[in-house]
Amino acid sequence: MKSNWPLWEVFIRSRQGLNHKHVGSLHAADADMAIENARDVYTRRMEGVSIWVVESKDITASNPDKQDELFDPAEDKVYRHPTFYDLPDEIKHM
Amino acid sequence: MTTASLEAKFQEKVDQEVKIEPRDWMPDAYRKTLVRQISQHAHSEIIGMLPEGNWITRAPSLRRKLGLLAKVQDEAGHGLYLYSACETLGVEREDLFEQLNEGTAKYSSIFNYPTLTWADIGSIGWLVDGAAIMNQVPLCRCSYGPYARAMVRVCKEESFHQRQGFEILLTLSKGTDEQKAMLQESVNRWWWPSLMMFGPNDAESPNSAKSMKWKIKRFTNDDLRQKFVDVCYEQAKLLNVTLPDPDLKWNEERGHFDFGPIDWSEFWDVVKGNGPCNSQRLAARNKAHAEGEWVREAAIAFAEKNKQRNIAKAS
Ligand SMILES: [Fe+2]
Ligand SMILES: [Fe+2]
Repeated sequence: MKSNWPLWEVFIRSRQGLNHKHVGSLHAADADMAIENARDVYTRRMEGVSIWVVESKDITASNPDKQDELFDPAEDKVYRHPTFYDLPDEIKHM
Repeated sequence: MTTASLEAKFQEKVDQEVKIEPRDWMPDAYRKTLVRQISQHAHSEIIGMLPEGNWITRAPSLRRKLGLLAKVQDEAGHGLYLYSACETLGVEREDLFEQLNEGTAKYSSIFNYPTLTWADIGSIGWLVDGAAIMNQVPLCRCSYGPYARAMVRVCKEESFHQRQGFEILLTLSKGTDEQKAMLQESVNRWWWPSLMMFGPNDAESPNSAKSMKWKIKRFTNDDLRQKFVDVCYEQAKLLNVTLPDPDLKWNEERGHFDFGPIDWSEFWDVVKGNGPCNSQRLAARNKAHAEGEWVREAAIAFAEKNKQRNIAKAS
């Protein structure tokens, strides 16, 4: 009989002040076990101070084939960047 | 888009060193090559625990035992990083386990050799992990994102493996005559199989070119093997051991060490299942898997029960 534990995605905050970052996945029967396994698999050398786990099936991802359409609205908006605006050289810090 | 134009777009990305991510379009053959390579790699990490696990209870000191335990635990971790990378290509971990347990999947032949003496634990760290590092460092730049990221983690951890092995051998090299003899005898047995870890000669490795084009591979088998021989030569001198190859000598013209021919009939024999420990390794793996079955089932039942309980509590 196959007793396949569900797949979980693991996110780790490597130290206070940083975001949780995706590090990989693992199998576990439930969330508590996923946290414990994540500790053993992904933080054997103090790589983290906090762990998030989420079942892989609960993640909704954007479609890579639609990448162009999805990100197109931001592509031609250079005026959202500071370098778009001309200032006199005398101004050093702005 | 036609397959040809998708393929051209894919190759363009690879050529520009843009990583391929799981849900991106990729040629079937690229996916298949990766599934084979990553799963074999994962299996090697898992089976690789067996020869060393053999010495954990007999390590000569607490310091050595702690080091070896941590190393073997790392190898389990490497297997898990790699299985997880492999699953992003749309395969199920259970199926990969099944292929390993049934003996239809391959793993590195080196783990079909026995660990007869404590010196073998040192030789594995120095030569086997050393060869693995040589192979793995370029894989950190592999075109497939999840594999490359897994390899970055693996490589960070490997250097401790090689250093602990070298330290074991260095200690023996300063020991009694018996210890020195044990060291030499062990290196004699591990040297050639370690060179075989890089795989067949380039001329006999027909898939190499494709893997290079896809940037899964960055160097050929022979290039990596040569690099390995070159670094080992100097390290062997520090251990006062002779590498068991009468043809090993510096070639001024090439700027590399020449070395003798590899006995490929032995290599293929071990690959085909006739190595000294093939059946023992598979039996140990199957036993562990079978004995863990009730744990896997119980954990699922427990998780299910808790879920029902929480639903009942909420309503
Ligand atoms: Fe490893
Ligand atoms: Fe290792």
